[in-house]
Amino acid sequence: MKTALWNSPTDRYMNVITVENLTKKFGSFTAVDNISFEVGKGEIFGFLGANGAGKTTAMRMLCGLLKPTSGKGIVAGYDIRSESENVKASIGYMSQKFALYEDLKVWENIRLYAGIYGVPEKDIAPKTDELLKELGFEGEKETLVKSLPLGWRQKLAFSVSIFHEPKVVFLDEPTGGVDPVTRRQFWEMIYKASDKGITVFVTTHYMDEAEYCNRVSIMVDGRIDALDSPANLKKEFNATSMDEVFRKLARKSKNNEL
Amino acid sequence: MLKYLLEKEFKQFFRSSSLPRMVIIMPFMAVLIFPLVANFEIKNINLAVVDNDKSTYSQQLIQKVSSSGYFRISDVSDSYPQALRSVELNKSDIILEIPPHFERDMAKEKSATVLIAANSVSGTKGGLGSSYLAGIIGDFSNNIRSEWITASDRFSSGRFEISPQFWYNPRLLYTYFMVPALMVMVLAMLCGFLPALNIVGEKANGTIEQMNVTPVNKFIFILSKLLPYWIIGFVVLTICFIVARIFYGLVPEGSLATIYLFAALFVLAFSGFGLVISNYANTLQQAMFMMFFFVLTFILMSGLYTPIANMPQWAQYLSNFSPLKYIIIVLRQVYLKGSSFSELLLPFAVLSGFAVFFNGWAVLSYRKSS
Repeated sequence: MKTALWNSPTDRYMNVITVENLTKKFGSFTAVDNISFEVGKGEIFGFLGANGAGKTTAMRMLCGLLKPTSGKGIVAGYDIRSESENVKASIGYMSQKFALYEDLKVWENIRLYAGIYGVPEKDIAPKTDELLKELGFEGEKETLVKSLPLGWRQKLAFSVSIFHEPKVVFLDEPTGGVDPVTRRQFWEMIYKASDKGITVFVTTHYMDEAEYCNRVSIMVDGRIDALDSPANLKKEFNATSMDEVFRKLARKSKNNEL
Repeated sequence: MLKYLLEKEFKQFFRSSSLPRMVIIMPFMAVLIFPLVANFEIKNINLAVVDNDKSTYSQQLIQKVSSSGYFRISDVSDSYPQALRSVELNKSDIILEIPPHFERDMAKEKSATVLIAANSVSGTKGGLGSSYLAGIIGDFSNNIRSEWITASDRFSSGRFEISPQFWYNPRLLYTYFMVPALMVMVLAMLCGFLPALNIVGEKANGTIEQMNVTPVNKFIFILSKLLPYWIIGFVVLTICFIVARIFYGLVPEGSLATIYLFAALFVLAFSGFGLVISNYANTLQQAMFMMFFFVLTFILMSGLYTPIANMPQWAQYLSNFSPLKYIIIVLRQVYLKGSSFSELLLPFAVLSGFAVFFNGWAVLSYRKSS
């Protein structure tokens, strides 16, 4: 798998994310240890791991927020090390922490990010209305984001992150603290985005959500210990659920929190 | 892209509950209230008078002292011990004792003595108070002498008079000295403090990370933080000019254009300083503390309150590193002396140096990725 990656030029276009031997060290601590994988267009790629396994660090490198210590990464056709600003223009990102402006209204947040990503101004307002209608948020257009309930905020943050139709969207624990009904709706939104051809790269702690992904990678102590579709992983580890797969793998961790 | 960011900054500014109000109140506080509070002239000195003579001259002297505006007669005693008692009770600061036969001695011997006794717990009050009092008494005796001279011996010689001329601030108004410098303070707070705190606030909220993952250019992002405060800073500076004119009749002798030019340069330098701090601070607390530390040092070293020439040599040397020093010099010179740009080339060069230094540092220390 690794050898073929960089030899064939077409791989760079078929795969939206290609990572080879990516490593990040903070001093003597290796947060991400030599990981390699690829993600295809429109795929929903689950990125699993216990707290501190290195998921967020890996994701931040792919988004151009962190410089890798060594290894290569291509996201949306751009090198994450040398072309990080181009990477940023082609991706969407939704962080663990809610990061829309709470003192701006719903439409103002959408307008701000749409403008920054270069959506033509004449398209912003009609697209905003369309989006709010789709979300059932028409009544909240003028609401300050700080007065929205958490689940709504997360849905809004996700919509904002894909408003400019990026090639990939990175979601860092998007459903943390959200109720099951909203989580379900959230995943419906993820499927819709994937149907539009947007690649979804998602980290999560919820194993039921892992089942919704096309493929899942499981990180333990900075390494990727397993990577396959949920069905194959269950077969391989002789487990009935992703939860069991995860437990079996996480048990190997040196800094076990489970 | 800048347009959207500026829209955001202005909306956030005007939506915040306290900032717009502060911006309006600040110039009034700075120009109207601070100069009165931070006044080093000593007034309202409580004076205990012991008049043992009770003559026309002694009455005239007391009249003159109390009408000077510096003294308030707090106690009229019959004896010195009684007056001292009122000093002990903190009712009086200074005792003026006029001896018996004051008028007679003046007339007969052409000289008389009075006693000034001051409470010097506060050295400034005691020292300045007694020298004011001595000045008034000296003045009084001169007046009497000149009356005698005009009246009788026109031939007496050996008398000379000192008439000082007070240039640039002829009425010796402390407010004229302070107000231009206080305008600088307002600018420093608005254009140095606020954008820096704003950026650190975004760091603390995590919203800056969302910005860092967008293709937004870092110069544009920083510019979007600075521009609103620059605009607000200049509006406030203009309010300061108007307030100073209405309430003190203080109009710059030099040109307003020179002031605006230097203010712009100072604002550029000082917001660069704020940005440097915002790059190193991760929480609002850290940013506030760093700001306080440096701004306090800059202000104390700037000659705003105390003349730099009074400082020990090492402090005078340090004061060269306070950007506030130069802009305060410029504002005082333009406002009071009417200096023109060609006379202010040195501060211009130094402030430009500060602007390049701080902004260069700010750009080098700002990272969109780590």
